[in-house]
Amino acid sequence: MTSSTLIKSFERAKEDNRAALLTYTVGGDPDKKTSLNIFKSIADSGVDIIECGLGHGANIGDGGAIQDSTYRALSNGIKTNDIFEIIEEFKKDYETDVIIMTYQNKIMAYGEDDFLKKCVSSKVSGIICVDWPWPLNLDFAKKCKENSIIFIQLLCPTTNEDRLKSILNDAHEVVYYISMLSTTGQKLKVSSDEIKKRFNLIKKISPDKKCIIGFGITADTINDFKDTDACVIGSALCREITRSLNEELNPATNVGNMVSDLKQKLSS
Amino acid sequence: MKLEKGIPLIDQHDENGYWGGKFGGNQIAESLNYPIEELTREFEKLRNDETFIAERDYYFKNFVGAPTPFIKLENLTKHLGGAQIYCKLVSKATGGAHKAYNAVVHSLICKRLGKTYIGGDTGAGYAGKMLSMAAAKFNLKCKIFMGAKDVERQSINVFSMRSYGAEVVPVNSGSQTLVDAVSECMRWWTSENEEAHMCVGSTVGPTIFVKICAWSTAQISREMKKQVIDEFGEVPKEMKLINCVGGGSSAAGFWNEWIDYDNVELIGVEAGGPEGSSKHAAPLTNDSPIGVLHGATQYVIQDDQGEIEETESISAGLDYPGVSPLHCFLKETGRARYTSASDEEALEAFQLVSKNEGFVSPSLEPSHAFAEAIKIAPKLSKDTIIVVDSCGDSAKDSKIIAERLGYKI
Ligand SMILES: Cc1ncc(COP(=O)(O)O)c(C=O)c1O
Repeated sequence: MTSSTLIKSFERAKEDNRAALLTYTVGGDPDKKTSLNIFKSIADSGVDIIECGLGHGANIGDGGAIQDSTYRALSNGIKTNDIFEIIEEFKKDYETDVIIMTYQNKIMAYGEDDFLKKCVSSKVSGIICVDWPWPLNLDFAKKCKENSIIFIQLLCPTTNEDRLKSILNDAHEVVYYISMLSTTGQKLKVSSDEIKKRFNLIKKISPDKKCIIGFGITADTINDFKDTDACVIGSALCREITRSLNEELNPATNVGNMVSDLKQKLSS
Repeated sequence: MKLEKGIPLIDQHDENGYWGGKFGGNQIAESLNYPIEELTREFEKLRNDETFIAERDYYFKNFVGAPTPFIKLENLTKHLGGAQIYCKLVSKATGGAHKAYNAVVHSLICKRLGKTYIGGDTGAGYAGKMLSMAAAKFNLKCKIFMGAKDVERQSINVFSMRSYGAEVVPVNSGSQTLVDAVSECMRWWTSENEEAHMCVGSTVGPTIFVKICAWSTAQISREMKKQVIDEFGEVPKEMKLINCVGGGSSAAGFWNEWIDYDNVELIGVEAGGPEGSSKHAAPLTNDSPIGVLHGATQYVIQDDQGEIEETESISAGLDYPGVSPLHCFLKETGRARYTSASDEEALEAFQLVSKNEGFVSPSLEPSHAFAEAIKIAPKLSKDTIIVVDSCGDSAKDSKIIAERLGYKI
């Protein structure tokens, strides 16, 4: 029952009086072994939930930093099965929940049913699919539910209130609020207060759903989101992997340090 | 899957935007849902608005130069000795290609939306050139995304874009061609859609972009239908319309008025790539797997991991791994037939047509369509009418062609 452990991760953070910390890195960046080490190091540094990117070259939602990670993984021959193997290996030693974030064509090419079977066997807790919007995703979301995997619906600043209500009505226990209109990795162009206003609206409509906030959050602003449910840091970590590789440093250690720092900022 | 008669092709999709329940759609990030809904509402309103139609027609006639000529290629017909070959000389449209229609319509829509900034993708550079041209005329700030490889090989069109004041952004990711330019343009619009409008350069992308583009290029067959009837007194019993297909906007416009005429055969020609190479840009001809690219379900050249594969073609405009959902639908319903021509066949066709006709000098994209006409014409009787859409002028390709044929320029 992976989905229930995911919800517990949010609840544990709440007991700690803080939001849950999620990290996003691209699975297989730069290779299988290093990527597994990065996940382990992130987990050791106190992350609550790991988002693992199953990168897609023709993505339409990623900014430069995540694109670099994606191209590195793909050009090193990383395949969808490698991502499942990394997660499976990781889950042998760690309880930390893992969510896959990907694009529809990756799931289609693998086969929806086979993809879900693999998610179950490698203990994936949830799926985010950037280019599979509500309501087109409802059949797939249902299949996820049947496999105890949480399909995470996306919301954004221009999702109007009717649509917001309909999506929340169909959503599983966890949703994701894209904090601003942008690809990943851009500077935050709305204030933390504005983001929290939308977050509160979502919580007012659906008090029981956990809402992850993502896009544009950095070490400088993370503390602003302490009293929300969860926030994601992605591009900054991908950039750190790139930097470490360029300078021949250990990316797992450096990314781990960064996560410890973020966790501390979120807790203080 | 069934094609309906009496209903425009662009309207034969279901409530989710899928043609034949399967091709097209809006597989986009949530951040694009609102602007796409807004654009859809606006377009459905404008296409029924007489003042908007009058404005469109005014610009098509006086600026784009409608109608473009419909001419018989007497020398080529004689040379090949079979079917009678005609040509719709769309390359005479201002700027040198059919991309002007979509660019004008999107610029007019942009103004109606109250936006002053427009962005678009381009491969061969015509879509970008025409959008920059229209943007200059309508006082819109303009940004064009173009693969770095295409910036290099289609530099003549890049020069035009810059002259019209557009910002040209070379895209360095992936294969550095059209596919990456469209991805980057969609990413840009994801960030900028509150202020800016996006023009997709062909009949690809989310459903509304497919519709607007095909609605715009339909001008080609609207005017041609009159020209055909003027020439023959009626619709010929045996007529074949041959068009190159990259994204498919030129073919969709060239065929639009003829879809309900069963005696008119529609032939689409994709880029077969270099002879002997396994790389091609012909997803319909080669039954590529169905996948999602740029927000829409379509036949798309990809590997077993769902990664888009690199394509190769001498023609930048046809060098695209996916294809319009409209053409996927026309293929599946059997209404149109798709085939491909190799780089070498296109080059030969370019030479044969230019040498025989002089006034017609097709760019490398329509040279693919001519290659098919040259293949089939000798086997057909003189009662068969072949019409080729010469949708682009060769000037932009002079560097590539000269190099391949060993001329110095
Ligand atoms: C002259 C010309 N023909 C054809 C194409 C291919 O596009 P489409 O299939 O949308 O007409 C292009 C694209 O750039 C072009 O410039």
